[in-house]
Amino acid sequence: MSRPERPPLGQRPPVLEMIGVDKTFNGDVVALNAMSLTVNQGDFISLLGPSGCGKSTALRLIAGLSLPSRGKIAWAGGQGENDLGVVFQEPTLMPWATVSENVWLPFRLRGQPYAAVKDDVLEALKLVGLEKFQNAYPRELSGGMKMRVSIARAMVTKPRLILMDEPFAALDEITRFRLNNDLLKLKEAIGCTVIFVTHSVFESVFLSDRIVVMAARPGRVIREVIVPAPYPRDEEFRTSADYAALCREASAALHEAMGEHA
Amino acid sequence: MSLTDTRATAAEPVALDAEDLRRLRLQRFDKIGKWLLPLAVLILTIIGWDRLVVWNDIPHYILPGPGLVWTTLVTDWAMLFEALLVTLQITMMALAVAVIGGVGLAVLFTQSRLVEMSFYPYAVILQVTPIVAIAPLIFIYVDSRTAGLLMCAWLVAFFPVLSNTTLGLNSADHNLRDLFRIYGATRWQTLRYLRLPSALPYFLGGLRIAGGLALIGAVVAEYVAGTGGIGSGLAFRILEAGYRLNIPRMFAALLLIAVTGVVIFAGLSFLSHMLLRKWHESAIKRET
Repeated sequence: MSRPERPPLGQRPPVLEMIGVDKTFNGDVVALNAMSLTVNQGDFISLLGPSGCGKSTALRLIAGLSLPSRGKIAWAGGQGENDLGVVFQEPTLMPWATVSENVWLPFRLRGQPYAAVKDDVLEALKLVGLEKFQNAYPRELSGGMKMRVSIARAMVTKPRLILMDEPFAALDEITRFRLNNDLLKLKEAIGCTVIFVTHSVFESVFLSDRIVVMAARPGRVIREVIVPAPYPRDEEFRTSADYAALCREASAALHEAMGEHA
Repeated sequence: MSLTDTRATAAEPVALDAEDLRRLRLQRFDKIGKWLLPLAVLILTIIGWDRLVVWNDIPHYILPGPGLVWTTLVTDWAMLFEALLVTLQITMMALAVAVIGGVGLAVLFTQSRLVEMSFYPYAVILQVTPIVAIAPLIFIYVDSRTAGLLMCAWLVAFFPVLSNTTLGLNSADHNLRDLFRIYGATRWQTLRYLRLPSALPYFLGGLRIAGGLALIGAVVAEYVAGTGGIGSGLAFRILEAGYRLNIPRMFAALLLIAVTGVVIFAGLSFLSHMLLRKWHESAIKRET
């Protein structure tokens, strides 16, 4: 497989734009410096960088959980009710609610009764392979299964953008690989747009078509690596020479990011 | 044992090793001992008590034997049971009001920092002031005896509900709170679907303490109120029996109060178990 030139990323309509976004805490700690990023429909973007590079801060800003100190974050066509789905590093499920009740949550908070959205909830659970566990409680599930429920909850409303904050960091590698594969299948199935925070080079190359490499102190974007390999990607891609070359490239960018302040 | 026999056992599911056996033995011991040992202590205590009285010829107006206490309990049952119902009624009403007041205040506190900052110190002051010191004043200003008793019992019982529920409401998972914010949840939705369920285990812990305290509050208030006659609770019966040197009846009434306290605690523990058994760590048996 030869590496094609840049894929037609530019043809995708934008979803969200970050323009010169700064975030400082207490006026002097610069968490994020002049970050600009255009997220297009169907993009799978990884934010890759060492700890303290502001990748989680960027996610919180996009989620609206904190406000930029300078610059702006603009949603194409304005903000709406169904902009976001979020997956945290922890599964973050409500332990008192069953799996299906957890997945129902985004609808429930919009005032939609379970009966009205039951099909969507079951569909989402089916996509993550947990339709048989709809009446289970989170404590009865393994770590990987809990994460699947969390992913089902994030995508059940088919939001414009899904934010994932190192969702697989706490899982063992076997589970992590499987969830990586499944996440890509899911992405193909529902065509979602994802921003995925990670500190794993391998994960970012396998999953994304754009890797935004960030550096710390101050947190900033230093490079964007394009991963031109077509989807669907599978285990074959994970062992290909292309993959290895891309990992080297991303890794070099990451070293550059870490070297600058060493 | 022949060689073939050894092979046959080896092919079977792995036999229990010494450690497993030891663990099983310990488990069995725990299971039985949990009931048997306290029971043995009880029986030994009663026998010891009885012997102490008999061997030393202690007169019953100083220390009645367990047999006499039991007979008194049976003969005075009608009067004691009526008194128990009175005390129990005050206790239950106080507990109910403590739950309503405690949870209500806790919700108010978490919904408004202003209210919390203004009133929390006074909730603490009410709690740390001994009820025996406040009770006489209450009975001066409150005409209805029942209302006075209720107020005393409530004062003692509501604080654990308040402080535990406040803690619980504030201990909702931070990521879940963020998630609710991202999904644009209203204040009411966050309270109803996130904070209240998070607070449930804490509330139930507070409730178990409050149940015992409500009984203590009711009994202490009766001592202070001290009015006799019909419609008096167990505490008054104890006082009255004390004046008449009817020590066996004092013991019988005391026994009833203690049993009531245990029953309240067990009932609330059971309630807690039933409400939490599906999801909360405290109610889940380890599966190993």
